[in-house]
Amino acid sequence: MAVVAAVVLAACGGSSPSALDPKGPAAARIADVWWLMLALAAAVYVAVAVLILMASRRRAEGQDRRLPLGEHTFIWVGGIAVPTIILVVLAVVTVSSTAELTRAEDNPLRIEVEGFKWWWEVRYPEADIVTANEVHVPVGRPVEVELTTADVIHSFWVPELAGKADMVPGQRNVLRVTANEPGEYRGQCAEYCGLQHARMAFLIIADPPQVFDDWVERHQAPPPEPPPGPAADGERIFESSSCAGCHAVRGTSAVGESGPDLSDFGSRRTLGAVTVENNRDNLGVWIADAQAFKPGNLMPPISLEPDELEALIDYLESRR
Amino acid sequence: MTTAVAVAPAHSRRRTYPLGWWGMVVLIMTEAMIFAGLLGSYFFVRAISPTWPLDHIEPPELARISLFTVVLLGSSVPIFWAESGIRKGNQRRLRIGLLLSFLLGASFMVNLAFEYEELHFGVRDNAYASLYYAITGLHGLHVFVGLLMNLIVQIKAWQGKFSASRHLTVEIFGLYWHFVDVVWIFVFSSLYVSLHIP
Amino acid sequence: MAIVEERPVEEEEVEHELHEVWEDAPGIPGFFATVDHKRIGMRYIYTAFIFFFIAGLQALFIRAQLTVPDAEVVGPEAYNQLFTMHGTTMIFLFNTPVLAGFGNYLLPLQLGTRDMAFPRLNAFSYWVFVLAGIFMYTSYLVGAPPDGGWFAYLPLTDKVNSPGLNLDFWGLGVIFVGISTTVGAINFIVTTFKLRAPGMSINRLPIFVWSILAMAFMVIFAVPAVTLAAALLESDRLFGTAFFDTARGGSSLLYQHLFWFWGHPEVYILFVPAVGMISMMIPVFSRRALSGYVWAAGSLVAIAFISFGVWVHHMFATGLPALAMSFFSAASLVIAIPSGVLFFVWIATMWQGRVRWTTPMLFSFGFLLIFLLGGLTGVMVSIMPFDWQAHDSYFVVAHFHYVLNGAVVFPIFGALYFWLPKMTGRMLSERMGKLSFWMMFVGFNLAFFPMHVLGLFGMPRRVYTYARGLGWETLNVVVTVGSFLFALGTLLTLVAWVQSRTRGAPAGDNPWDADSLEWAVASPTPHYNFRAIPVVNSRHPLWDQEPLPEASSGDEEATRSLGTPGALDRATPITTGLDAAAEETMAIPRETYLPFLLALGLAVFFTGLLVEALVVGVAGVAVATLGLLWWAWRTEADLV
Repeated sequence: MAVVAAVVLAACGGSSPSALDPKGPAAARIADVWWLMLALAAAVYVAVAVLILMASRRRAEGQDRRLPLGEHTFIWVGGIAVPTIILVVLAVVTVSSTAELTRAEDNPLRIEVEGFKWWWEVRYPEADIVTANEVHVPVGRPVEVELTTADVIHSFWVPELAGKADMVPGQRNVLRVTANEPGEYRGQCAEYCGLQHARMAFLIIADPPQVFDDWVERHQAPPPEPPPGPAADGERIFESSSCAGCHAVRGTSAVGESGPDLSDFGSRRTLGAVTVENNRDNLGVWIADAQAFKPGNLMPPISLEPDELEALIDYLESRR
Repeated sequence: MTTAVAVAPAHSRRRTYPLGWWGMVVLIMTEAMIFAGLLGSYFFVRAISPTWPLDHIEPPELARISLFTVVLLGSSVPIFWAESGIRKGNQRRLRIGLLLSFLLGASFMVNLAFEYEELHFGVRDNAYASLYYAITGLHGLHVFVGLLMNLIVQIKAWQGKFSASRHLTVEIFGLYWHFVDVVWIFVFSSLYVSLHIP
Repeated sequence: MAIVEERPVEEEEVEHELHEVWEDAPGIPGFFATVDHKRIGMRYIYTAFIFFFIAGLQALFIRAQLTVPDAEVVGPEAYNQLFTMHGTTMIFLFNTPVLAGFGNYLLPLQLGTRDMAFPRLNAFSYWVFVLAGIFMYTSYLVGAPPDGGWFAYLPLTDKVNSPGLNLDFWGLGVIFVGISTTVGAINFIVTTFKLRAPGMSINRLPIFVWSILAMAFMVIFAVPAVTLAAALLESDRLFGTAFFDTARGGSSLLYQHLFWFWGHPEVYILFVPAVGMISMMIPVFSRRALSGYVWAAGSLVAIAFISFGVWVHHMFATGLPALAMSFFSAASLVIAIPSGVLFFVWIATMWQGRVRWTTPMLFSFGFLLIFLLGGLTGVMVSIMPFDWQAHDSYFVVAHFHYVLNGAVVFPIFGALYFWLPKMTGRMLSERMGKLSFWMMFVGFNLAFFPMHVLGLFGMPRRVYTYARGLGWETLNVVVTVGSFLFALGTLLTLVAWVQSRTRGAPAGDNPWDADSLEWAVASPTPHYNFRAIPVVNSRHPLWDQEPLPEASSGDEEATRSLGTPGALDRATPITTGLDAAAEETMAIPRETYLPFLLALGLAVFFTGLLVEALVVGVAGVAVATLGLLWWAWRTEADLV
């Protein structure tokens, strides 16, 4: 019954970042392991539960209460022999799937992801690109994500693509990820990292190779001048106000390091590490009082005149 | 109706160990685990460190501590001697043995104090320093507690409270003191000797 | 052995004298000074249940907050404190002590002796437990409850990332309460080895005693690791040492190793005594001896051993070398085998007997169905690749609640219905008990089964909220409904307890027709337990030995305390380790304030560390040292 429930629920979990709906070889391998384990576990559960029910059923005084096989053999077979066989199967599965999942692939794309409280910096060392909270990858190409942390332990987890790996101080862990089809895959921090652990998510955006290459190229080209008008004013406000103290924008004097790099901010889908959608209204609220969406994050409230705020929003949304 | 039956006592030629002795044995097991954990931590950090000791701290010097290792291990001998003495009812051997052991243990503590005085690094400097102080300090604390216990036993001994048949306190104390000595062998080989093996 | 005497006739006079010898001083002095294992045991149980209801309330707040996405029942700060204290309380202040309480009450009775081996240490460990609990909860009064998770990983919990007192309450509290657990374990071990009724050789120990023994040995070897972890954490926080500071050559993973070296055995420290309880109740209500006694005892010991080889399966995602982790993956699989054996022992017992559906049996039955699932998911999460998905997701939350709630709390509730009549002399209502069970059972499964699915759908642990549209909404509502139903079920047992105290039916000596020695004495148990120590020659003395023979006092030192004269002397016999032959006599100490004072000294010491006030710390050490010295002097009578 429980198993049926699980299967039904699995079928209707369509909108979830579900480990059972794999979109890459690593997650698919783990999902295979899961279904095998589930089948074995269900069989064991049903068998043992039936034995428990039979053992505890009401029986008339004179009825036969002898154990099948006799006591000693019964315990031996049920408690040791059968479990051992199942466990050996599982051990073989463990070893083979572990080997498969940790095998290095040829010509991987290297991406560095560094955890901060409570957002992610994403760097492409070969292309010299820095962005945040969104990891763009080409479909079909193996990616090696190198995981580090700037502060406490975080954990990088995209259930639809792979298992998780921790970001441990003083350590560089590697997670191998490949996306089989284009799409947006939600990832989230899986190691408790303090106040806003719940709102530390990110997106892996898998694009066809051509689209990805364009994305890379666009990020390597000289940054576009802000269009004259409010956006250009916005740039001056950004550089001269406290924004630049924490945030960097490529091609400007803003090189702050404690907050996310905003060079391609306008193209990002969300604010505050997938806390709210990135649109003008939300951005306005965020700048005025970032604590409203995500209490405890490092960004202080910024008080600006309404027209200054509009200009700043114009500027940020023009960074793509 | 209940029946009362006579029970034959255990007739064993082996000597029996009273409850307090067993309690001390189990306490020592759990204490030993604390030292095992600390020494395990020491080797764990050492294994992940590029150099050891960290930050060009000099490995601890071996000569003097070797001498005091002999002194500390030697302090167990008078305890054995005292124990075998009181088992025969010999009060003098008990008192002298305890006193001798106390003096040896105390001199080990004095050396530890001098050693701390001369170290060129502080407990906060790095993980090596922290571990060094923690391990030697915890062991030192055990020696110190052992010396306190020795004092109590000794006062009782000079008051003549022990006899050939009743001297459990002495044995329990002895057990603890031997444990403190044995732990030092591990500390000594890990923190001192192993750094001088090329 | 020969029958040499009939019981003397001057009953009343003897009873009166026994009363004089054993009764605690009345009122407050007796309350603080008692060393009676039964009073201490019950106190342990009641105190632990106070913490159980507190931690349960915290769980309900957690569920209220998670019922719908983006809820604002509590803020992130309060939420993080709630789940930290929920876990910490359940592990350190409920599960561990409540089992210690049952052990305390039952062990001397099942062994056929008049108290624990170290009655004063016993009182001490209780007072330490209470004061440590109060210490940790003082954090709420000063507005700084721990918020680093019940595992307190660094560097989140170092002074930079957690500057407040919050984590100090946790770290010092864990060290403090660990003292209680360790001292208790020493007591259990020595009592089991040295204070058994004559004839109770090691192969006749009740299975509950085996479980307590296995638990105590695990405590002895595991608790030092968490004490060390917490001590080094506090040292880093208070004195600025560098054990876990990566920048100064330390390692935050070292903390995880130390913590889980204790943390995994701890799961079995809680689980094994619960298994012991189940293995006592199932035979009684199957009207048959446990099938495969040796199998069961062997499994408990095997679990105790293997539990020390599995800790790294909590660290599969930390990036350790795959080969090393495979070893721990394999060891974690192996531990399923002794659990499997236990299952078939229970099934064989029920199969060959005839089951009586009393409340304790219902709880045992619920335990079987729940633990079966928890065990199977346990095997799953020890498969490393799957753990990379399941780790720190709600799948794991589901798994360990099936084990620590289902497979530990259900036996404990069963044990309440089973053994409270012995402790209070009054039965609990069967009707209320069955109602309570069904509400707990249904609520439990509603609350925790969907969590498996939530985890697979990508919901991580320890999040105070979640976004809409991730497919987690419906299941979270179900979970919340289940958790409130479960809570209601536990309250019904509280009601049943109140009812039984006021108008419960008298229990009689042996209401369940059980086999072990605690059922040979009156309910509630008289202060001296046994007027004369029973002589055991069976694994099931009350079933096989009718009438139960009592030992008479011989003339020799070794047998003096066996009979009624021993009870009149406030003494109990010491027996040999394996075959339990009478060896010596132990005097049971009278009431004393020392244990309480010593525990108080420790509390002052830890408070001094907490507020970093040297004077207070030194005062605490001074009080504790003086207490110890006084203790050492006072023991002279029994030791020298």
